Amino acid sequence: MSKQKKLADYKEEIEQCVKCGACQAHCPVFAENKKESVVARGKVALAHALLEQEVELDERMIADMSQCLLCGSCFDKCPNLVPTDEIIAAARREITEKHGLTTFGKGLTTVLKHPRLMSALAKSGKAFSWLLFKQVPEKSGLHLRFPAPFVSQDRTIPAIAAKPFRERHPEFIPGDRDKPTVAFFTGCMVNHMYPQIGEAVLKSLRFLGMNVLIPHEQGCCGLPAVSAGDGATVEELAERNRQAFSRREPDVILTACASCNVGMGKHFKELGPEFEKLGSRVKDINVFLVEQGLVEKLAALPKKEPSERVTYHDPCHLRTQKITREPRALLQASPGVRYIEMEGADRCCGLGGTFSVYHYDTSKKIGARKAPGIAESKADLVASACPGCMMQLQDTINHAGLEQRVIHVLELVARDLETD
Amino acid sequence: MLDARVITALEEIVGLEQVTTQKADRICYSYDATQQSFLPDVVVHPANAQEISKVMLLANAEKVPVFPRGAGSGFTGGSLPTRGGIVLVTTRLDRILRIDGDNLVAEVEPGVVTEQFQQAAEKAGLFYPPDPASLKFSTLGGNVAECAGGPRCVKYGVTKDYILGLEVVTPQGDIIRTGGETMKGVVGYDLTKLMCGSEGTLGIITRIVIKLLPLPEAKKTMLVLFDSIDGAAQAVSEITRAKIIPTTLEFMDATTIDCVRKATGLDLPETAKAVLIIEVDGEQGMIERQAQRILEVVRPLGVVETRVADTAAESEEIWKVRRLVSPSLRKVNPDKFNEDICVPRSKVPEMIRRVEAIAEKYAIPIVNFGHAGDGNIHVNIMVDKKQPGIEEKAEAAIEEIFAATLELGGTMSGEHGVGITKAPYIPMELDPAAVAYMKAIKRTLDPNNVLNPGKIFLEDEKTFHRAS
Ligand SMILES: Cc1cc2nc3c(=O)[nH]c(=O)nc-3n(C[C@H](O)[C@H](O)[C@H](O)COP(=O)(O)OP(=O)(O)OC[C@H]3O[C@@H](n4cnc5c(N)ncnc54)[C@H](O)[C@@H]3O)c2cc1C
Ligand code: SF4
Ligand code: SF4
Repeated sequence: MSKQKKLADYKEEIEQCVKCGACQAHCPVFAENKKESVVARGKVALAHALLEQEVELDERMIADMSQCLLCGSCFDKCPNLVPTDEIIAAARREITEKHGLTTFGKGLTTVLKHPRLMSALAKSGKAFSWLLFKQVPEKSGLHLRFPAPFVSQDRTIPAIAAKPFRERHPEFIPGDRDKPTVAFFTGCMVNHMYPQIGEAVLKSLRFLGMNVLIPHEQGCCGLPAVSAGDGATVEELAERNRQAFSRREPDVILTACASCNVGMGKHFKELGPEFEKLGSRVKDINVFLVEQGLVEKLAALPKKEPSERVTYHDPCHLRTQKITREPRALLQASPGVRYIEMEGADRCCGLGGTFSVYHYDTSKKIGARKAPGIAESKADLVASACPGCMMQLQDTINHAGLEQRVIHVLELVARDLETD
Repeated sequence: MLDARVITALEEIVGLEQVTTQKADRICYSYDATQQSFLPDVVVHPANAQEISKVMLLANAEKVPVFPRGAGSGFTGGSLPTRGGIVLVTTRLDRILRIDGDNLVAEVEPGVVTEQFQQAAEKAGLFYPPDPASLKFSTLGGNVAECAGGPRCVKYGVTKDYILGLEVVTPQGDIIRTGGETMKGVVGYDLTKLMCGSEGTLGIITRIVIKLLPLPEAKKTMLVLFDSIDGAAQAVSEITRAKIIPTTLEFMDATTIDCVRKATGLDLPETAKAVLIIEVDGEQGMIERQAQRILEVVRPLGVVETRVADTAAESEEIWKVRRLVSPSLRKVNPDKFNEDICVPRSKVPEMIRRVEAIAEKYAIPIVNFGHAGDGNIHVNIMVDKKQPGIEEKAEAAIEEIFAATLELGGTMSGEHGVGITKAPYIPMELDPAAVAYMKAIKRTLDPNNVLNPGKIFLEDEKTFHRAS
């Protein structure tokens, strides 16, 4: 028996939708295609129709359910708190169960009928270091995010690190005796694609004297599997991480990836009471550092003439948890940073797990809406707090012919910290 | 089910991709904010007036009903395909064609979302005042068709006050222009005003020429808590007597305050029985003086507390109180009937008392809030639809509320229109001769009754009549 909720378990939430249409203003997918079947209200109506057996879980329905970034923006602004993202995820699990496919994505290949994308995909591999990618463990979310034949060669993807972050460090890095032990959940993208973020996290934690635990057998946060409707993998990963983080009982489990924060902190918790302890210890690194007084400590560092104009992009997975103030506070306090707010900072970047793979065109259009704000801000650097967003933003910037480099908040924070 | 021939013809008009008969799409265009649902046979997404004109010609030839739809946020069912047929969605007509600062005029297509237009105007230093609470997602076409209004109505009026001209596809498929570009114009009948609030029954709007204002320099928000609804109502009169017309004068009654306090824990004193949110806008020095003066004139009227916002963030805090109302209501009961009656503003306290008596009589909680400045009261009858017989009870309460509204010289809808939900009550408010006059217009312009049939006027079903 699956521990995860079935679509039918959401009946009550589905019936909470009063069809006001407010979600039309917040769904990034709707902004591009303006068809009712892609907005939360339409998806909820379709989920209801599925439950009432007015429609079947056919190819058309699979395509509709695929049109979602699971960004949670609709839920965040819904006056009746209808959890459309969870409802869609449940529908996707139902799809994979019924259709017996290894991934939700495979089901899509039959329906997308997207010749242009398909041919581009077939020729892919150019932008991607496939050889190194083979070394990435099979259960990593990266395989769901970039299923081999699907990655458009048009897309900017960071190189795969020759040596993953976790292999560079021992499991336990001692700090000051009187300081707590904190665990670092790296996530796949930090581990394999952006090890420099991991280094920055480590440096900041050590600056504060923390004892840092990086369990080597930790796995993927499960979010790509949630997005793909792969319920079995979600459960397997939850168990693996539960074990990995139960050994030394750290006080908090820190994430530097907004999506990992949601996967570990929210989705695993839903699997049952035994995962409560894992999920409830998960904390975003920005929030943790602010709590630990790093803003004041940064402000006390020797002043530098601000050399770079930096703006910030809100990852949906932090914004919908109301984490918007902390990353900005850290940036504003960092030496050398001239912080500027850009227009549309809270707009979705358009990545959305598997979404950007199967709907790269729409994903790119959603992303493109960020470009004017970035350009007008005249920033040199665009900071964010999610490697997924970072990858997508860099892709957007490159396609828009802009010059900005995308960087993680922690990279700027850690830059001027002195550690021994 | 429609004849395959009709579908093919539609596909030829708007293109294969823009016509769908799949069940999933028909479900998605079967509802609006009334939560009622009627399955259409086909959904079409035309791109321009020419295509819409051809759809109307086809509809007349085949006698198929056409239901125009914007964002489907209507509260009275205007866009619902009550007789199957074609749902015609305007969201692809979404261009802002021009914003002309010299003449304070703009021209847009009907599928443009209200707020997006407002923001574009503001970027040019201009101002489009109508502000329905749905402005983040409603379309301008839907706003014109319902003559939508909002809090700023007190000072700035409603949608129709900003519409200079229209391009309209008539029910029989002609493309006409009404009104013009100028602030004045008296040549022929005022068809522009006739189209405003016609709820998609007299034509499909395909272009809108809009009047703009210069953007006010600043605004100032105040929250005043009163110990009685009479105090709040008196305040409204005193403010106008002091020769100030605020931008907004929003009120909440005692039940609303109670609701918000319970649901959110927001700090609102128990002694507060009515709230006014007052906003003034204009030149900085002037609004400071106006705010001072307002606080002076309301002070003797049983003021429990006042909060004045000095920054945008503080103003946001005040508006938050208002925005928390709708979500809080659910804590009272899960379902609601939302009526938007309007009475002469001096009659607001009397109306609230009548509603309270009706609430007591039927033992149904009724929560009132709305726009005190123009007497527009949102009467929310809170029920749990799972309770047997409750809908009939609510309906009886609504009928009494409408009767009281009319007795006080009001109207049963200030903003949301008639659609299907209020159609049964039309004879309570309008003279038979006036209804006949309106129906004659509809019959003449739409002899085959193909454009949004069955809206505003019911032909056969149960109707309520004025108590004699
Ligand atoms: C949460 C919420 C708050 C609201 N607040 C307010 C408020 O404060 N004030 C207010 O006035 N209303 C309010 N409304 C009601 C609603 O938003 C308005 O009536 C709005 O104008 C409807 O616009 P729409 O694009 O959704 O139109 P729809 O609901 O799609 O259609 C409404 C009517 O207009 C017709 N129509 C649509 N487009 C055209 C066109 N191009 N040509 C001809 N006819 C057309 C339709 O046939 C239908 O009869 C609110 C609704 C919600 C859900
Ligand atoms: S999902 Fe929420 S915001 Fe969207 S229509 Fe339903 S109730 Fe309204
Ligand atoms: S989760 Fe995001 S993409 Fe999915 S329906 Fe909601 S707003 Fe749209």
